[in-house]
Amino acid sequence: MSSRDAILAAIRKHPLEQTPLPTLNQDWIQYPDRVAQFTTVIETVGGRCIPVSSEGEINSHLKELPQFASAIVRCSTVDGIGEPTLDAGSVAKPHDLLAVDFAVLRGEFCVAENGAVWITDEPTPHRALYFITQHLALVVPRSQIVSNLHEAYQRLAFEKPRFGAFLSGPSKTADIEQSLVIGAQGPRSHVVFLLDDGA
Amino acid sequence: MDHPTAAAKFVANDTRAHWHDKALWFVREKRDRMAHGLPEWEILRETAAAIKSHTITHLADLLEQFEENATKLGATVHWARDGAEHNEIVHGLLRDHGVKKVVKSKSMLTEECHLNPFLERHGMEITDTDLGEWLVQLRQEAPSHIVLPAIHISKEEVGELFHDVLGTEAGNSDPQYLAEAARHALRQRFVEADAGLTGVNFAIAETGGIVVCTNEGNADLGTSLPKLHIASMGIEKIIPQAAHLGVFLRLLARSATGQPITTYSSHFHGPRPGGELHIVLVDNGRSDLIGSDEFRRSLSCIRCGACMNTCPVYRRSGGHSYGTTVPGPIGSILAPAQDAKAHHSLPFACSLCGSCTDVCPVKIDLHHQLLTWRKLIAVRGLVPLSKRLSMRLATAVFKRPWLFNLGGSIARWVTPKLPRFLIYNPLNAWGRQRELPEFPKESFRQAWEKRRSSSGGDGKDTSS
Repeated sequence: MSSRDAILAAIRKHPLEQTPLPTLNQDWIQYPDRVAQFTTVIETVGGRCIPVSSEGEINSHLKELPQFASAIVRCSTVDGIGEPTLDAGSVAKPHDLLAVDFAVLRGEFCVAENGAVWITDEPTPHRALYFITQHLALVVPRSQIVSNLHEAYQRLAFEKPRFGAFLSGPSKTADIEQSLVIGAQGPRSHVVFLLDDGA
Repeated sequence: MDHPTAAAKFVANDTRAHWHDKALWFVREKRDRMAHGLPEWEILRETAAAIKSHTITHLADLLEQFEENATKLGATVHWARDGAEHNEIVHGLLRDHGVKKVVKSKSMLTEECHLNPFLERHGMEITDTDLGEWLVQLRQEAPSHIVLPAIHISKEEVGELFHDVLGTEAGNSDPQYLAEAARHALRQRFVEADAGLTGVNFAIAETGGIVVCTNEGNADLGTSLPKLHIASMGIEKIIPQAAHLGVFLRLLARSATGQPITTYSSHFHGPRPGGELHIVLVDNGRSDLIGSDEFRRSLSCIRCGACMNTCPVYRRSGGHSYGTTVPGPIGSILAPAQDAKAHHSLPFACSLCGSCTDVCPVKIDLHHQLLTWRKLIAVRGLVPLSKRLSMRLATAVFKRPWLFNLGGSIARWVTPKLPRFLIYNPLNAWGRQRELPEFPKESFRQAWEKRRSSSGGDGKDTSS
C-alpha cells in the first residue's frame, strides 16, 4: 500500500460523527472611518500611511523620506512614480535585486482592522522585490479598503497559480530578549500611500 | 530526564528564570489587549473550534480534495507516514535537484522529524532563517518555545555567539546591532541558497493553496529566490475553505504575540513561474490521535503558543525542561501520545489552573486532557514509585477519619518541637524553597466545633 493510501485508511478506520461547518455570517467589526483605523494600526506595527490626492503628491512625499533620498537603486511598477533606476522586469534572476534600496509597488486593497495590504505577484515578474528591497512603498487606491479580514477574503478568489500576501508593516523581530528590531531580513521601512481615486 | 529534574537546572539561574516568567507574561498581556479589543473574540474562538472539529471529522476527504487542487495548480503532493519517510522525501528532492545549500523558515514539523541533522549527515548545509531559530541552531540546541524559539537566551549570550560566528564586536550585546549583523549574514544565505524549505500554517482544501506566516519575511525571501520550494505540514493543518482564513488569521497572531496579524501572511497557490512547489503531508502519529475521543481535539492546535505564555509552570521552568519539540500544555498532551513512558512526567507539570484552556484560540480543553493523561499514566503504571507510595499512603489516611484526626493531632504537637534538620530533610521536597507555616493549636474541625457550641446554633456568624 502506498503511504498515501495507508494514511487515508488510517484516518478512515475511525468512523466519526461528522460535525457541520459553522456560519461565517456574523456581525464582524465595522469601522465607521476605515482609513483612520488603518492609519492607527499600521503605525502600531511600525509602518506609515500617507493619504494623497494625486500621483504627483506621492513623488513629493517620497523626496522628503530620507530612505528614498539616499536610495541609489530604485524600482517602481507604478508609472511616473518613484524615479526608478532599475527595471525589475529586465533582470534575469531575482537574486539581482539584492541591491535594491527602494521599491514602489502597487497594493490591491487595505484591511482596516490589522493594517494589512493585499499584494500579488501579478504586477512584477519577481515577487522577491516585495521582500528583498531595503525599503518599500505601496500605492493603494483609497476606495479599496475593507473593515475586517472576512470582507477581505470575500474579495479574493484563488483559481489560478498565483502568489498573494497580506503585508502589515516592515520586517521585524523580537528574538533577542524580546527587544523589537525593525528590519529583520526584509524591508526596513514600509509606507502605504492611499491614493484618492474619487470613489 | 523527567520534567522536575530538567526544570531544576532552569530555575538554578534565578535572574534568568524571573526574566523568562515576566517576558512571557508580558506577551500574554499583549494578547489580552488584542482579544479584548475585538467584541467578537469569543465568536471567533467558537467558530474556529467548530471549523477544526469539522476538519478533523472530514480529514481524509479534505486531504484528497487538497491534493487534487494543489496538483491542478502545478504543485506536487507527497505523503509521509512518519518522520523518517518525510526526511527521505525531502532529501530525495534536494538530491535530485543537486542542492547543496538550503534555507528553511520556521517549521515545528521539521523539528519533530529531526530533518536538520538528517540533511547535514547527507552533506547539505541548512540554515534556519528565523532569527530565533538560527540562534538555537548555532548553539546546537532545540527551540524552547514554538513562536519565540530563543526566549531562553540572553542578549549577552547572543553577543558572545555572534562575536564567535559573525565577528561582531566583543562585548556588544545591543539587540539592534546584533540583529543587523544577522540580517547581513542571512540575506547572503538567501541569495546563495539552492532551495527553500518552509512549514505550513494552513492548507486550503478548496483551493489547493498553502499559507505561511512570518514576521521577518524569511519564508518569502527563502521561496522567492531559489526555484525549489518544499513545504512540510502535518495532516491536521488542513482547513476546508479560503474564507476560513479570515477566522484563523484573525486569531493566530493576536493569540501568539499580541499583533493584529503577522507582518507577512503569504498565500502560495502553485509554484512560481519556472519554479517547483512540493508539499509533503506528514502523519507521524496524527491519525492515531483521531481515534482517541479524549485527545482528538488536540489536533485542532494552530501552534500559536498562547498556552505556553500563560502557563505558570512553563513560564517558570522553561521550554527545554519538557524535552519535546512542542513544550508547554499542548506539548504535554501531544508528547505522551507519541511515547507515554518517555514523557510520563509532563501531564504532571501542570497546576490544573485552566489558564491554557481560557486563552486557547481554538478552544482545546487542554487542562482536562492533561488530567485525563494523568489517569492513563497511573493506570499504565508509569507513575514513579515515590509518587505511587505517597498516594497510597494518602489514600489509606483519607479513607479513615480517625487516622486522619490522630495524624493531625500528632503533627501539631510534634512538629513545632522538632529541630530544623529533621523537618527540612532531603525527603521533604516541599520544604526546599519554602518555610512551613506556623502550626495552629487546634484543627479546623476543633475550631468549628467550639464556634458552634458557643454560638449555640449552626455555627453561622451573626455578629455582622
